[in-house]
Amino acid sequence: MAKANMRPDKVEMPAQDPKVRARNFDEVTYGYTEEMAVEEASRCLQCKHRPCVEGCPVNVQIPEFIHLITEGDFEGAYQKILETNVLPAVCGRVCPQETQCESRCVRGIKHEPVGIGRLERFVADYHRAHSNPVAAKVESNGHKVAVIGSGPSGLSCAGDLSKLGYEVVIFESLQTGGGVLSYGIPEFRLPKSIVKEEIKQLELDGVKLETNMVVGRILSIDELLHDYGFEAVYVASGAGLPKFLGIAGENGVGVYSANEYLTRTNLMKAYDDNYDTPIRKSKNVAVIGGGNVAMDAARTALRLGAENVYIVYRRSFAEMPARQEEVHHAQEEGIQFLNLNNPVEINLDEHGEVVGMTLIRMELGEPDSSGRRRPEPIPGSQHDIEVDTVIVSLGTDPNPLIKATTPGLDVTNWGGIIVNDEGKTSRDAVYAGGDAVTGAATVISAMGAGKVAAASIDRYIMSKEAEAEAEAN
Amino acid sequence: MFKIVSKEKLNDIVTRMYIEAPLIAKKGKAGQFIIFRIDEHGERVPLTIADTRPEDGTVGIIFQTAGKATRLLSEMNEGDEILDFVGPLGKPSELDGYKKACVIGGGVGTAIAYPSAKALKANGAEVDVIVGFRNKDIVILEDDFRACSDNLYVTTDDGSYGYHGFVTDKLRELLEGGKEYDLVIAIGPVPMMKFVCDLTKEHNIKTLVSLNPIMVDGTGMCGGCRVMVGGELKFACVDGPEFDGHEVDFDDLMMRNRTYSKFEKEEDHKCNLGLKQKAQA
Ligand SMILES: Cc1cc2nc3c(=O)[nH]c(=O)nc-3n(C[C@H](O)[C@H](O)[C@H](O)COP(=O)(O)OP(=O)(O)OC[C@H]3O[C@@H](n4cnc5c(N)ncnc54)[C@H](O)[C@@H]3O)c2cc1C
Ligand code: FES
Repeated sequence: MAKANMRPDKVEMPAQDPKVRARNFDEVTYGYTEEMAVEEASRCLQCKHRPCVEGCPVNVQIPEFIHLITEGDFEGAYQKILETNVLPAVCGRVCPQETQCESRCVRGIKHEPVGIGRLERFVADYHRAHSNPVAAKVESNGHKVAVIGSGPSGLSCAGDLSKLGYEVVIFESLQTGGGVLSYGIPEFRLPKSIVKEEIKQLELDGVKLETNMVVGRILSIDELLHDYGFEAVYVASGAGLPKFLGIAGENGVGVYSANEYLTRTNLMKAYDDNYDTPIRKSKNVAVIGGGNVAMDAARTALRLGAENVYIVYRRSFAEMPARQEEVHHAQEEGIQFLNLNNPVEINLDEHGEVVGMTLIRMELGEPDSSGRRRPEPIPGSQHDIEVDTVIVSLGTDPNPLIKATTPGLDVTNWGGIIVNDEGKTSRDAVYAGGDAVTGAATVISAMGAGKVAAASIDRYIMSKEAEAEAEAN
Repeated sequence: MFKIVSKEKLNDIVTRMYIEAPLIAKKGKAGQFIIFRIDEHGERVPLTIADTRPEDGTVGIIFQTAGKATRLLSEMNEGDEILDFVGPLGKPSELDGYKKACVIGGGVGTAIAYPSAKALKANGAEVDVIVGFRNKDIVILEDDFRACSDNLYVTTDDGSYGYHGFVTDKLRELLEGGKEYDLVIAIGPVPMMKFVCDLTKEHNIKTLVSLNPIMVDGTGMCGGCRVMVGGELKFACVDGPEFDGHEVDFDDLMMRNRTYSKFEKEEDHKCNLGLKQKAQA
């Protein structure tokens, strides 16, 4: 094998100018060209102990696919990723590589790690541009499995099961599949056409997607199991229930949850005049929180025309849970970070309209149970900012509907469905994973859970079948 | 796609339709609602389930033309199809065990009150109904209500038909005349529900109201439908839409319902993504 290219930094990925992109919804980055991809791939040392693979929740065969890129076999590289990851075009764009694969990269010890995420995105985009979707040929094994929720967890479970010959039906409460990929993560970070194509491919492979079906209302899990012939159910209903602060003024006109703001914009396309969805025309916007969701909401507000957009976060940059790249992009675009500030009250005028927010400055004290330094208010440091819109992005909990309508399904005190190592819940034939189990986490961990559950469901149904056969004989 | 199987104009601005949706027809109960979307570019708009016919797989909706989506729907005809029709959403009303109930509807809210009156009657309760309208020309569902009530009182604001006055005036008269109820249901414009609740509180009568805040998903995901009930934050789409009227903060609700009055995309658009209140008023 050729010697690795020892260039210290990643090959830069071309991006729209920050000033221009802050006013449009087109994708921020353009992705690598073939030449850039080959050059970046050549930085990989092809380590024998493959630390990067261990950092990947779904064990993408990283050195192997990167090697195929250096040989110019981009389609081969794509197929290599696909062995363990059904959504490479999505993961290449939204995974927190800096805490996963790239954090383990040997090149990253002294310099920048290999741009694994950028390479993953490159091969997925190459594949889409150079091939026509074809249906995978799998013979049906005659067994039916229901999946609740069409986010990354449900999609990956459905994909794996259908490859094994199962007849899979996904029930989705919204009008469109994709979960957070469709309603939460904005177009400029993850074009919806990509999500659509990934879902189309699954449908081509035989997975059925039933939209507009709120499980727990229209059908219960017990009905799916007993009346509709499904032998197992995988619950991947996500963590969609938004938290609020509980401070004065929070029900004012102009206060949104990030979910509502993003759903109106992404799913309901409020930014597009061809759609009828209304959204507030804001001048000064404060987004409360420091995660990916907060960054997405802030950058969306900017693109919808706001002049000043603030992130109000009670800790500092070092503790911020958002992907580094998103924080960096947000800064480039002019989002103003009011770190070490906590909201005290949202100020309303006599009509209930938001006119400002009172904040208090914070300092970091001793580390708390999460290991992060606990923010504490500095007495007497209250101050006001002038805003007309406030977007609350403090995280989300699992929706209680499934729990409420499924007797015997155990959940934690915050509503997370309890599962064992195999993804099985307290109910027979009922499996769960993704954000519904962990609370808001990542696309890749949700996908990983879907794969684990698919394998467990397969074992469960096959052993039942074997038992039935043994009895029959 | 969901087919419109019948369409009937109840008055100039209120339309009744039956939509083919067999599963919802089987599952939907009084108090629950659906969300419809006409086409790819349309809004998601909630409407209370006005009737279900499991035997022919259809769901009845009654709506007032109040914004672009309801206007477009009212212009569609039998045989046409709409893109999305999700439900049943929300909790069903709990109407068991009442002996004497008074069901009050205001404007198109009467359509939402109708299934409750019917269910109460079917459960063996004695049911009085008070329905109020601005004038004679817009009175709807009179025969339907007569069939499921012991006493029906129609009121008009201008006195052009029935009792001259508001529904609250009639209710006060009945209560002061010695009528006793163990349940009042009030559905209509927010101020009407608020005034009914003020009155029934004085008389200590349990009162249920059906709230109509802004909604997007209807599944508890956006928090747009949040309302204050008994000092706690509730999501009307999953915790409601019916609540104990004596616990509801109506002023908060009226304030939140103004959210889009300035930002609608159509000039004459008085309703918007889920502004069911206007659709009912
Ligand atoms: C704005 C935003 C930005 C994010 N950015 C990133 C990022 O950059 N990188 C990253 O790794 N992660 C990111 N995340 C987190 C990531 O998207 C989630 O962890 C992941 O989508 C979880 O997948 P899931 O399949 O478990 O659930 P979801 O994606 O939430 O999907 C659940 C689906 O189930 C449906 N559903 C719920 N209840 C029912 C029911 N009763 N019946 C039928 N269907 C139901 C929902 O409508 C939804 O479609 C972000 C999240 C948000 C909100
Ligand atoms: S309508 Fe979105 S949470 Fe109720």
